[in-house]
Amino acid sequence: MSRVTPLVRVQQAPFDFAAEADAFARAQSDMGAIVTFTGVVRDSADGGMIAMEIEHYPGMTAKALEAIVADAMERWALGDALVIHRHGRLHRDEMIMMVATAARHRKAAFEAAEFLMDYLKSRAPFWKKEIAADGAEWVAAKDVDEEALKRW
Amino acid sequence: MDVLYFAWVRERIGLPKERVETGAATVAELVEELKTREERYALAFADLSALRVAVDQELTDFDAPLAGVREVAFFPPMTGG
Repeated sequence: MSRVTPLVRVQQAPFDFAAEADAFARAQSDMGAIVTFTGVVRDSADGGMIAMEIEHYPGMTAKALEAIVADAMERWALGDALVIHRHGRLHRDEMIMMVATAARHRKAAFEAAEFLMDYLKSRAPFWKKEIAADGAEWVAAKDVDEEALKRW
Repeated sequence: MDVLYFAWVRERIGLPKERVETGAATVAELVEELKTREERYALAFADLSALRVAVDQELTDFDAPLAGVREVAFFPPMTGG
């Protein structure tokens, strides 16, 4: 049985990770492996971050994520996948995003989850800004994140 | 066409979206046109290697053609996840 909910959700509101992971897992059949990953807001490297502001491109974000998910579904013959990504103002320790993958075997589920993470870091139109008491700064994309795409 | 700006590109230019009438054949030509407008555009587009572009909501390159295009967006490299 597959879920009727969309594979991709872009939202400002928090999500209930436990409920999402549970619903995702229960909706599968014959899938021996479910992998979930959650990204959480942490303090900036120099400390003192008050909040993180996540901007996105409303017309493009869901489409870009859906294309990445479709690619993963095909490459690893996944039974199912889910991406939830938030935008707007988030505080430390809030969950930013999650991915879930379901496959018959764990290697595919783990790899597909990593692929989803690598791609949505560099190919989904989100931009993070760290807000501190003394100002705000856009988070720079890292070469290592771009480099990570090459292994797929 | 509509031209959209995100993140620091939006801040540098000072607006999120504008309507642009252009005869530019490619994204690169559009950028050259915008740069001649005002200092803030010249600053935002000073280093194209620091920018990414989407045409009709698909990532593409600066040599992408603009014929029939409705929306062009400029932004820094993405930082999702």
